[in-house]
Amino acid sequence: MRERGRELTIVAALAMLSGYLSLTQANFRDAFTISTILTNAAYVAVVGIGMTIVIVAGQIDISVGSMLAVCALITGTLARAGVPMPLVVLASLLLGLGMGALNGALVAYLRVPSIIVTLATLTVLRGAIVWWTKGYWVMPLPPGWKVLGTTHLLGLPLPVWIGWAAVLAASILLAHTVFGREIYAAGSHPQAAQLNGIDTARVTFWVFALNGLLVGLATMLHVTRFSMVQTQEGLGLEFLVITAVVVGGTNIFGGSGTVMGTYLGVLLLTVTSSALTFLGISATWDQAIRGAFILVAVTADIVRTGQWRQPVGWA
Amino acid sequence: MTEALLQLRGITKRFPGVLALDGVDFALTAGEVHALVGENGAGKSTLIKIISGVHQPDAGRIDYLGTPVTFPTPRAAADRGITVIYQEVALFPDLTVLENLYVGAYPRRPLLRHSGRGRRVDWMAMRARAQDVAASLGVKLDLEAPVHRLSAAQQQLVEIARALLRDARVIIMDEPTGPLTQQDAARLFSLIRQLRSRGVGIIYISHRLEEIFEVADRLTVLRDGRRIVAMPVGETTREMLIHHMVGRTLDTLYPHTARQTGPPVLEVEGLGTSGALTDVSFTLGRGEILGLAGLVGSGRTTLARAIFGIVPPGRGRIKLDGVDARIAHAGRARELGIAYVPEERQRQGLVLPFSVSENLSLVILRRLSRLGFINHASERTVAHDVVRRLDIRTPGIGVPAATLSGGNQQKVVVGKWLAAQPRVLIMDEPTRGVDVGAKAEIHRLMSELAGRGLAILLISSELPELLGMSDRIMVMHRGRIAGELSRDQATQEKIMAMATGVA
Repeated sequence: MRERGRELTIVAALAMLSGYLSLTQANFRDAFTISTILTNAAYVAVVGIGMTIVIVAGQIDISVGSMLAVCALITGTLARAGVPMPLVVLASLLLGLGMGALNGALVAYLRVPSIIVTLATLTVLRGAIVWWTKGYWVMPLPPGWKVLGTTHLLGLPLPVWIGWAAVLAASILLAHTVFGREIYAAGSHPQAAQLNGIDTARVTFWVFALNGLLVGLATMLHVTRFSMVQTQEGLGLEFLVITAVVVGGTNIFGGSGTVMGTYLGVLLLTVTSSALTFLGISATWDQAIRGAFILVAVTADIVRTGQWRQPVGWA
Repeated sequence: MTEALLQLRGITKRFPGVLALDGVDFALTAGEVHALVGENGAGKSTLIKIISGVHQPDAGRIDYLGTPVTFPTPRAAADRGITVIYQEVALFPDLTVLENLYVGAYPRRPLLRHSGRGRRVDWMAMRARAQDVAASLGVKLDLEAPVHRLSAAQQQLVEIARALLRDARVIIMDEPTGPLTQQDAARLFSLIRQLRSRGVGIIYISHRLEEIFEVADRLTVLRDGRRIVAMPVGETTREMLIHHMVGRTLDTLYPHTARQTGPPVLEVEGLGTSGALTDVSFTLGRGEILGLAGLVGSGRTTLARAIFGIVPPGRGRIKLDGVDARIAHAGRARELGIAYVPEERQRQGLVLPFSVSENLSLVILRRLSRLGFINHASERTVAHDVVRRLDIRTPGIGVPAATLSGGNQQKVVVGKWLAAQPRVLIMDEPTRGVDVGAKAEIHRLMSELAGRGLAILLISSELPELLGMSDRIMVMHRGRIAGELSRDQATQEKIMAMATGVA
C-alpha cells in the first residue's frame, strides 16, 4: 500500500541480474529458461499472495508447506482412482479452503496465536502424511494429470497465466475493496478497527480461509507439471514464501504490504536460484543468499524509517 | 528573586522544515512551580527535551546551578538531577515498586562481607531509603506490589519518589493530571507544594488552565517557538493567558446555545454488566447534550462501550427511537446510527498509519462501495468535505493521520463519525490533551450538532467542560447512576459529592 520504493528496487535488482546473465550466459536468454523461471515462480507466488494477505492482517501461517503436501497427495490419489481432473482441481481448492478455515477458526475465535496454531497444523499434517503414505510416492498418475501444468498459451505454460491472474485479482482485492481495507485496518491497529465497527475476528477467519484456498490452487499449478507426487512436497516452502513476502516490502508486523511486491520478491529469489546454476555455483549458497536478502531488505527499512535510533525492543 | 536554578538563554532549535524554538529564554528558581503553557506545536516539548538532554540546542546557552552545561544524553541530565515525568507513565509494569524505584541505579554491596567492590544488589538499603522518601512525602507505598496493579495516581507517585531518590533538583511534569481523577489531582497538587518547599524546581505543563492557576507560581507562554511572556501567575487572568497562547481572543469559552430537547432517541433501561454496571437507566433526547460525570473507574466508559456493543450487556434494554435494539457488536451499533469517539484517540480512535481520507471513510466504507468495491472518487469527495467542514488542518487528505496534531486528530475521529450521520454521538473525553484553540472548536461543533438535532452523550473528567456544555448532567458512582442535575442546578461541588458517594 502506498509505497512503491521497494517494488522499484527489486525491479532494478532483477534487471541488473538478468541483464548480466543475458550478456554472459547465452542459454539464459532463450525462451525455455525464461519460461521455466516464470513457471517455477508461479506456484510460489500464489502461496505468497495468501501469505501477504495473512501477514498484512497481522497474522502468520507457517503451515502452508504441509497444507500443500496434503492437497498434492490427496489429489494425486483421487486422480489415480479415476476422478476426472476438473473435480480433482475442485477437491484441491476445497481441501485448502477447509484447512485454512480450521487455522482461521482457531486463531479468530479461540484467540490462539497464529504462530502456535499453524506450527501445530504444520506438524500434525506433516505427520499424518508420513503415517498415511508410509513414505511412498503417489505414482503412476493418469495421462490427464499433466494437462494443466504443461498446456501452453501464447508461448507460456498455463500456471504462469493463472499466477498472474491471481496476483492481479489479489491486488485489486487489497487496494479497492472494503474487505481489503478492513484487512489493512485489522493489521495496523486491531483495537481501532474494532472501535470503527470492523469485525476483526471475521476478517481474521476469512484471511486464513483465503490463504488455504490459494494453497489449494498453488498445489494444482505445481504438481501437475510432474509425473508423480512426492511425500516431501512443500517441505520448507513457508521459509521461501515468507522470505519473498518480507523482501517484497510487507511489514512483518502487519498493516502494510502489497501483492505485487511479493510477486517481485518471488521472482528475485527464483532468478537468483537459477543464476547460481548458470554461474556454476553450488546450490547450497542459495539458502545463504536468501538470508542475505532478508537482512538487506529489513535493514533498508529500518534505516529508512529511522527505527535503528530507538532502543532495542521498541516495536 | 533568588538565584536561578536553571537558566536558558536564546535557545534555538531547528528541525527539517520547522523552526521549533526561536531564541527562547527561560528561568527556573529553586522552590518554584513554573508553568509552561502554549498550544500544541508551540515548542513546549522541544524545550523540555532540550532541558532533559534528548535534543541539543542549535544556539543559546544553558546554565545549571550557576555553571554553563551541556547534556549530551538524557542520562547526563538525569545524573545531574533533572528528571522528567512524562504523561505516559514510564515504569516497568511487571517489576515491583521497589525494583522500579531503582531501575538503572541499583545500590550495590559486596558479594561477601569485607570483599571490597560492590557486586550484589543491596535490597535492604533500597527498602530503607524508599521508606524514608515515602514517609517524608507522607504517602504509603507498597514496595512489593507489581506496578501494573497500581492506579495511575500511585504510579505517578512511584515516579516522583524515584526522582527524589536520585536527588532531583528539577522535576518536569508533562500533563501529570491527564490520567488522574479530581481527587488524585488534588493530592498531586499538595505533593507538588511539598516538593516546592523542599527547594525542588518544578516545570509544570498542562492544557488545563485552572490547574495552572491553582498550583503554579510563575508561567511562561510559548507560541510558534517564541517566548511570548513570562510572569507571576497572580498577575494574569484566564482570558489574558488564552489571548497570549492563541494570539487572538476566543469569543466564548463554552458556546452553549439554548435548545429545545426533543423526543427521546436513546433509552437505556436497567442496563447491567457483570461487575461493572448495575441497573443503569436514562434517556437521551434529540438535540440534547447529556453530560456524564464520575471518577475514573466509575463505569462511564464501560457504559459507553456497552451501548456501542463492545462490552456485552448482561441485563437490561436499549431502545433507539422507541424500538428495541439488540446491539451484539460494534458493527451493529454503527448500522443503527450510534457513533463512539473513544478516549485515547491515538490508541483507539484512529488507524494511525492510514491516511486522513482512509480514516474518514472507515465507518462509511459500505456506503461508499458497490459490490464490495470502494468508489475512490466518492471517498475523496467525502474526505474533502469533512476536512473543510471541520477545518481540519492537514497538508492533504493523503497524509498519514499520525502526522496531524492532537486536536486535528480528534477532529478526524469526530469527522469520521459525522460522515456516518449518526443519531447518537458518544464522546469520551473529547478534549483531553487537545490545545485551547482546537478545544473551543470541538465545543462549538458539539453545540452546532446538537442544534441540528444530534443526541450527544458527553463523558468528561473536566468539570468546567461538563458544566459548560451539558443540558443535563448525570453522575456515576461505582457502576450506578448516583444522581442527575439540571444545567441550572449543577455545580462542581454537587457533582463531586455525588461522584464520591457523599451525596
